[in-house]
Amino acid sequence: MISRQAPQGPVEAAVTPGGKETSWGPGGAVASWVRGLNVNVLREVALLPVLILLIVVGTVVSPAFLTVSNFAGIGEQSSALGVVVVGESLILLIGGMDLSLESTYGLAPMVAAWLIVPVAAYGAGTDLSPYLGILVLLAVGAAVGLINGLLIVKGRLNGFIVTLGMTIVLAGLQNGIVKAQSLFNLPTAFGYLGSASIGQLPVSLIVAAVIFILTGLFLRYHRAGRAIYAVGGNPAAARAAGIKVERVKIGVYVTGSVLAAIGGLMEAGRVSAVTGQQGYGEGIIFSVFAAAVIGGVSLKGGRGNMIGAASGVILLGIVGDILDLANVSNYWIEAIDGAVILFALVLARIVGGESTAEER
Amino acid sequence: MTSSGHALVEVAGIEKRFGTTRALRGVDLSIGTGQCLGLVGRNGAGKSTLVSILSGLSEPDAGTVRFGGEPAPRVGDIERWREWIAAVFQHSMIVPHLSVAENVFLGGGPALVSWRAMRRRTRGIMADWGFDIAPETPCRELSVEQLQIVEIVRALARGAKCVLLDEPTAALERQAILRLFDRVRQLTDAGVAVLYISHHLEEVFEICQNVAVLRDGELVLAAPTASLSKDDLVAAMVGGVRSAAPQASGAEHRAAAGPATATGPATATGPATATAAGLEAEAAPRREVVLAVDGLMSDSARGRLSGVSLRVHAGEVVGVTGLLSAGVATIGRVIAGAEASTGGEVSLRGRRIPPGRRAAAQRAGIGYIPEDRRAEGFVALLGVAENTTMTITRQLANRFGLLRPRGRAAAAAPLTSRLSLVSSGPAQPVSELSGGNQQKVTVARTLAHHPSLIVAITPTRGVDVASKELLLRSLADVAASSGAGVLLCTDELSDLAICDRVIAVVRGEVFTEFDRPPFDRDELILATEGIAGTADAAAAPYGAAGPEETARGAAQ
Repeated sequence: MISRQAPQGPVEAAVTPGGKETSWGPGGAVASWVRGLNVNVLREVALLPVLILLIVVGTVVSPAFLTVSNFAGIGEQSSALGVVVVGESLILLIGGMDLSLESTYGLAPMVAAWLIVPVAAYGAGTDLSPYLGILVLLAVGAAVGLINGLLIVKGRLNGFIVTLGMTIVLAGLQNGIVKAQSLFNLPTAFGYLGSASIGQLPVSLIVAAVIFILTGLFLRYHRAGRAIYAVGGNPAAARAAGIKVERVKIGVYVTGSVLAAIGGLMEAGRVSAVTGQQGYGEGIIFSVFAAAVIGGVSLKGGRGNMIGAASGVILLGIVGDILDLANVSNYWIEAIDGAVILFALVLARIVGGESTAEER
Repeated sequence: MTSSGHALVEVAGIEKRFGTTRALRGVDLSIGTGQCLGLVGRNGAGKSTLVSILSGLSEPDAGTVRFGGEPAPRVGDIERWREWIAAVFQHSMIVPHLSVAENVFLGGGPALVSWRAMRRRTRGIMADWGFDIAPETPCRELSVEQLQIVEIVRALARGAKCVLLDEPTAALERQAILRLFDRVRQLTDAGVAVLYISHHLEEVFEICQNVAVLRDGELVLAAPTASLSKDDLVAAMVGGVRSAAPQASGAEHRAAAGPATATGPATATGPATATAAGLEAEAAPRREVVLAVDGLMSDSARGRLSGVSLRVHAGEVVGVTGLLSAGVATIGRVIAGAEASTGGEVSLRGRRIPPGRRAAAQRAGIGYIPEDRRAEGFVALLGVAENTTMTITRQLANRFGLLRPRGRAAAAAPLTSRLSLVSSGPAQPVSELSGGNQQKVTVARTLAHHPSLIVAITPTRGVDVASKELLLRSLADVAASSGAGVLLCTDELSDLAICDRVIAVVRGEVFTEFDRPPFDRDELILATEGIAGTADAAAAPYGAAGPEETARGAAQ
């Protein structure tokens, strides 16, 4: 453990001993990298057995399951959710929570589409260009995140109740501005992200994958990404170490909401419309939390990563697909969907040990 | 580095007020390169406030902080501040889910993190200073001592020229404390200044060249340690109100406790109570056995037990001591039912207590003052009265199970006044109290249900000198006046002064027993190390550890 040495006279270069390469060549580095990797890999592939099991089940249930087009379909349907899960995971990592992401997911594309489509199609009459519309969408996301962040961090209000209130306000706005109509005939540029494909690969899936990878790298290799873990793991320690805790938190709330807005844009493109139901009406927030938690992101902050979050999303996507293919009656699909998610949580807890659990 | 002629750290005329309280009133202080300055004071004297100002976390209302003659960086510019002074706080500032290397570089370093460089530098600093903790270890797997090392390494990695240690020994066992002292000397030898904040005056005498005493926000004494006696320091801390010396023997304590006891409910075991004072107690007829423990076994992480047997009689205070890893705390926890055992029997007044069930043990009459008061001692957000009466809600509730706040306050009042607990009222949340007063809540809560046995584990940890004596005396009082037995599990040898008997535990077994106070400190130390016989070595409190003893400690 701790080697005890008598005070060894004045230590050279007292407090800044510089990088001494003591028995710490490349060999050692690789060894330690592998050691570090082992722990991480074990933890991060905790859901792999569950995913394999589900694929086996799917193959048995329907011959259409194990096909490229089916998996492209799963990817397309899951990518919007996935982007929101990235946002929620970031917020969970700082020890926060944001229920209003589901409403941002509906409101942001609604505002953008409302400014784009003509009056005849219940638009605002501004006939905005679809590109500007997308900027508006991002701005709506950022604004919602900023308000949440300020209320929670500066106003010291409870995140649960603030974002619950925000959820309802935003959902009301979403229906209010278009008098509960749905907006169709969206310009191609606006729907591109959610509907286009490159070969068999949906663009939304590519973009979602890129977002996952970039966020994962950011969290692991960027100073601000590491600060997110520090803030979530022990805010007092982070503050004492010179991390601007409040700024990190507000930044994460803004980022999370912007990601929710992007997710909403994907969904709008996929269904070629913005409906009043999108987001809050569908109650996607449960799936968002479920994917994150199944993927090992702690609700208490400081733990979790993008590999886990992504596998949580994929797991939910496959479950939904299998239920579709098995022709489960629509009356029952919600009950079964919910039960499967709860089951997946229990299973992930068993397989992943502490990684999916909250700290006790 | 430092331009000559200027102290490394210099504060002048520091004032800080919180609402109407003046936490600091014009404090001047300076620390030179390579110096170890002790900062002592009772709870509430302003130490924590000064620490947070010195570490750049809060801004003084008036006064200046200078580093090497230059004005200190802006408050909030923690990164530049840390180049001068870094604090190792009483409460660990470690992010448990992150690795050692990440914690060392928390909040610092370049925008893009190079994991390899971070680990290499951590390993380099560890190697330079003779520490040995792998940089990739997750911090949640480290011991308290190792976490402290990580924090020291963090300070060194930033190049801090002064390290501030706030109560660094509070959670360490004695061998670890000795190792810490070595580290402190290593730092000062290398020219790093150390500000050492502690409740333990022995420690200050052991490693500090100079000492500063704060009292009620004022600096009342600053002098070389060598020129002072322990009594001088205590007098400075308390301001002359106190009379007795802290190192009183058991008999003296009892004598002092005698008169104060008069109001206590004189129930139970008649004869023993009347003769509590002085040596007559020794001559009293054999008293009833309150607690009988036989062959207790445990494989607790806090220290294993392999067959511990002991007895506590009515009105008797029995100390259990040893190294922390020896299982001292485990004995207390198992007897109190806070932890299950793997074998053996605990019975109270002849009735067997089911293992590992705290509620059952309490109903049977075992009071429990836990080791970690923050974790187990009270509910921080609830009021003083509610916490105090938490053990007796059954008695206080009416037949519908309803509790009246006024009834609670009335029940709590005699206890809180007996312990001189300072609060703004029965409803004040315990979280707002000072450490010493929080501990009094924990003790009051235990006394409330009139236990026939009180198990106290390190009850004076993190408590100032005056409160410490009061707490110990109140335990002795209870034993004397109510005939309850007290089992005091501690590694704080000065606490054992109130005991009638002391049991030394080594590696989970009873090693030897001392039954004649006053107890000789050196003999106790040797016994906890597993060495029998009379002591003729080591006179200093922490045993001016000869190389032999230190080696033994390291071997464990």
